[in-house]
Amino acid sequence: MRLRKVIEGTVSQLRTLGMIFMHGFRKRQTLNYPEEPVTLPPRYRGRIVLTRDPDGEERCVACNLCAVACPVACISLQKGESEDGRWYPEFFRINFSRCIYCGMCEEACPTSAIQLTPDVEMGEYQRQELVYEKQDLLINGPGKDHDYHFYKVAGLAIAGKDKGQAQDEAAPVDVRTLLP
Amino acid sequence: MATIHVDGQRYEVAGADNLLNACLSLGLDVPYFCWHPALGSVGACRQCAVKQYRDEDDTRGALVMSCMTPAADGTRISIDDEEAREFRASVIEWLMIHHPHDCPVCEEGGHCHLQDMTMMTGHDRRRYRFRKRTHHNQDLGPFIAHEMNRCITCYRCVRFYRDHAGGKDLGAFGANDNIYFGRHQDGVLESPFAGNLTEVCPTGVFTDQTHSERYTRKWDLQFAPSVCHQCSVGCNISPGERYGELRRIENRYHGDVNRFFLCDRGRFGYGYVNRDDRPRLPEWRSHRDDAGVTLEVDAALDHGADRLRRVRRVIGIGSPRASLESNHQLRELVGDDGFSTGIAAAEQRCLSLMQRLNQSCGLPTPTPREVERHDAVLILGEDLLESAARLGLAVRQAAQARHETLAAERDIPHWHAAAVRTLGQDYYHPVFIAYPTPTGLDDVTAARWALAPDDIARLGFAVAHEIDGSAPAVTDLDPGTREAARDIAARLMAAERPLVVSGGSLGSEAILRAAGNVARALSRRARRGGLVLVRREVNSTGLTMMGGEPLEWALDELASRRADAVVILENDLHQRLPAPSVEAALAAAETVVVLDHQRTATWQRAHLGLPAASFAEADGTVVSLEGRAQRFFQVFDPAHLRPETRIRASWRWLHALRADLLRHAAADTTLDEVIRDCARAYPSLAGIVDAAPDADYRVHGLKLAREPHRYSGRTAMRAHLDVSEPRVSRDPDSPFTFSMEGYSGFDQPREEVAFAWAPGWNSPQAWNKFTDEVGGHLRAGDPGVRLMAPRPGDHAYATSIPEGFRRRDGKWQVVMLPRLFGGEETSSRAAPILARAAPPALLLAADDVARLGVSDGDRLAVIGHAGALTLSVCHEATLPPGVVGVPAGLAPSLEAGEWARLATPSGHARRDEVRK
Repeated sequence: MRLRKVIEGTVSQLRTLGMIFMHGFRKRQTLNYPEEPVTLPPRYRGRIVLTRDPDGEERCVACNLCAVACPVACISLQKGESEDGRWYPEFFRINFSRCIYCGMCEEACPTSAIQLTPDVEMGEYQRQELVYEKQDLLINGPGKDHDYHFYKVAGLAIAGKDKGQAQDEAAPVDVRTLLP
Repeated sequence: MATIHVDGQRYEVAGADNLLNACLSLGLDVPYFCWHPALGSVGACRQCAVKQYRDEDDTRGALVMSCMTPAADGTRISIDDEEAREFRASVIEWLMIHHPHDCPVCEEGGHCHLQDMTMMTGHDRRRYRFRKRTHHNQDLGPFIAHEMNRCITCYRCVRFYRDHAGGKDLGAFGANDNIYFGRHQDGVLESPFAGNLTEVCPTGVFTDQTHSERYTRKWDLQFAPSVCHQCSVGCNISPGERYGELRRIENRYHGDVNRFFLCDRGRFGYGYVNRDDRPRLPEWRSHRDDAGVTLEVDAALDHGADRLRRVRRVIGIGSPRASLESNHQLRELVGDDGFSTGIAAAEQRCLSLMQRLNQSCGLPTPTPREVERHDAVLILGEDLLESAARLGLAVRQAAQARHETLAAERDIPHWHAAAVRTLGQDYYHPVFIAYPTPTGLDDVTAARWALAPDDIARLGFAVAHEIDGSAPAVTDLDPGTREAARDIAARLMAAERPLVVSGGSLGSEAILRAAGNVARALSRRARRGGLVLVRREVNSTGLTMMGGEPLEWALDELASRRADAVVILENDLHQRLPAPSVEAALAAAETVVVLDHQRTATWQRAHLGLPAASFAEADGTVVSLEGRAQRFFQVFDPAHLRPETRIRASWRWLHALRADLLRHAAADTTLDEVIRDCARAYPSLAGIVDAAPDADYRVHGLKLAREPHRYSGRTAMRAHLDVSEPRVSRDPDSPFTFSMEGYSGFDQPREEVAFAWAPGWNSPQAWNKFTDEVGGHLRAGDPGVRLMAPRPGDHAYATSIPEGFRRRDGKWQVVMLPRLFGGEETSSRAAPILARAAPPALLLAADDVARLGVSDGDRLAVIGHAGALTLSVCHEATLPPGVVGVPAGLAPSLEAGEWARLATPSGHARRDEVRK
């Protein structure tokens, strides 16, 4: 019984040594970053951006859900309302020196506005430089979600989309008519 | 008491209420929409279904609406029953089929009753695939935004607006699934309580427009328990702050004062706190006409102390819009013989008289909630909806309580709102009003008389004489008035609890004496009466208890050089007395120190201006018209996001100034010390120590949180200033922290609740978790202490009855008419209030308008002995001829009750030239 354990142990040790030795002949995984560029998968959670809808308008409606979802409370913004009735963030600030890139903001966003990108090259010599304002965050495309357009679904009327013109909406009721 | 069984558990309940009320009072969660503690049950939404069993052996049961089922003894129900749960889930699914996909852009989101109830029933997937019904919105004025798509047709808005608050211009239109809640056309909602729609509506149909431009979710606001500073009723509010600005005012439940509702001036009049032109740094002018330089705190105090040390005598002018603590510190600085209350003499005489009457007339002062339980009301010379609106709403409930009396006679429970209302129709408890113009309560009055102030007083005296023959009789009274007095007296005597309401709005002591006589007569003859006397400003009552010389005295001391320096506390003298006398006194003073939070005309005349904190940035105590001392707490630290500001509470400035003056080393103090000093100094104010817990108060060893636990952006909101976060502001004065850390729950009873939140309850309905029973009192007791109690003894009747009013040729008696919007100094500095206020106009009897040969809209000057006022004319059919109604809140060039001339502006100018 004891002899059998000794034999099994020895074989296991030798097998492990062999496997480790074989790694020396495998393809190298380590990259010489930064000399060699790294390609991260598109769903990697790196630098946060604010995207635009397919019409090129800001997607963020300043609903504050990203801010409240953020476990380190590093997002702060203020709702504003533009002439055409859209809500937008007057300012939108992310303190990346606090951000833990957990992606909860992206999960919470009802308009696909806030998205995490596979860019991780954010090192700065000054911590203050890690405070990103809206102009630093806003990009010129729809990001990962190409089609979603919040105001086409929402009931709020904005310039160019009156009541009843959103998806699955009937024309507004005329309360003055007696017809059924 | 009744025993009910809920899901197998036995509970003891009061038994007079319905099952929904009983379950919520027990802390059990039952979803509901159309029910509201103040509005009763109508059983419209079908959301509160529970299963009721006949007896112990019944296992099948039947679904009932808990809001429509009495909590009778032995009732057996199940909330958790599978069928009841499914029923409730499908009800909310139906209610949601037309609800738009709006939550991210909806200003109700985060404190939405519909969101809460949807979560509670577990409905989270939309199955309905067809088209949503939509509606156009209406423009409802500067206060309320309208988004009709979100409506779930619970009818709460019209039930509050029409049935509770007596509004006429909001209604339900359409039929079946086309129901529309709005006005007959776009326009301003007329009711002064329209703002409550934002809290009554369970979803985002009516939202706070004043908050919209700088909108913040409820979870992101920093709150503190506060007291409304816009009139003397003392409603409790929860102001919310974000990024260094006050963003909105929410109702804070107080079981004895405001309960669920506020008036629009209190709710929307906060804008002055956010004004850009507010002084935020000490300002110094060596000469009055200099531009002024800003100073640091120490330099300002040294300059101030230097100047005050050099003069012979300093006097202080206090303010009824400042806290007791600030007034007390001023009094400490200048001494008892140098302190003026800052109230004009005529008003102060009225205030002192009211104070005496409240203590000696023999009738107690009811709380606003008790007002609702009186069954006959006599209002002498007050338009409550303009001068103390929340009290007016209480008087309306008193009149409408007749419906419940009638229902009780027929065994209809009082909460059966639709039945009670159908039965009640236009039957009201008798309300009598004597006031020069129509008032907002006229639709529930038994009778009203449009009289000049002296005639109002005579009517009051006559009523007192009719009630108690030993009260002085009014000579040569016309038969009509005598008949009226007899009728009023009979109705008051027939009532269980008669109530007398009067106040200083018209500035007439005669009216107050008459009200006092009626109260005295009632206290001798009736069982349980009440007397409410309306003061003008938030701390008028407190300052009267503290005492001091009137403002005229202070101006006289300065003008005659008996005093050469003056410290003015949060008081714009130009709002109280005519400009020439104020200017003369200020010009005579060698040093003028002004503390204020607004850039007033008086601030501009100061040598040293110290930026005081408004109610949102300071702690303090104020005394309401019912003699309730209530503490308001600092909502936010203005220096946290604007480090350059040097705003301090006035009492802190004054304490530091005094310490500097006396060359004391220890310059700082805490609120608790100041309160203790203040309570020691004035025996009548000794109770204020107990008005709220002191700074050492802890729950589970924790301070209390000002911020909800989901408060977001803490590590980013200041990051643009400096990425290194400073320690959160400390608060040595109160048990609250400027943080989410601290106790904010509901299970430990506490008086001071910054914001109402309970798990699953984000809307204002969360207050139900803090009360002993729904709509009752806070479990730890309602905040504040009553300082006024009627003393037995002094029951002598006033005998100085004025002569009847007679019109004079070429002269008109000035009647100052209070205004809810625009009639109060600070709220008039808020843009939405200005937008809502009707343009001020002179009111003249139709007869007088014809006699003067002017027509509506013409400009006319009223020329009194101290100044003139030019306004456009508006005729008022019921106004007695010979008086001119002047809106309050304008330049104080006229005095209430004086006889003034009327002239067209050009004629006025001509005459002025002649005089020169």
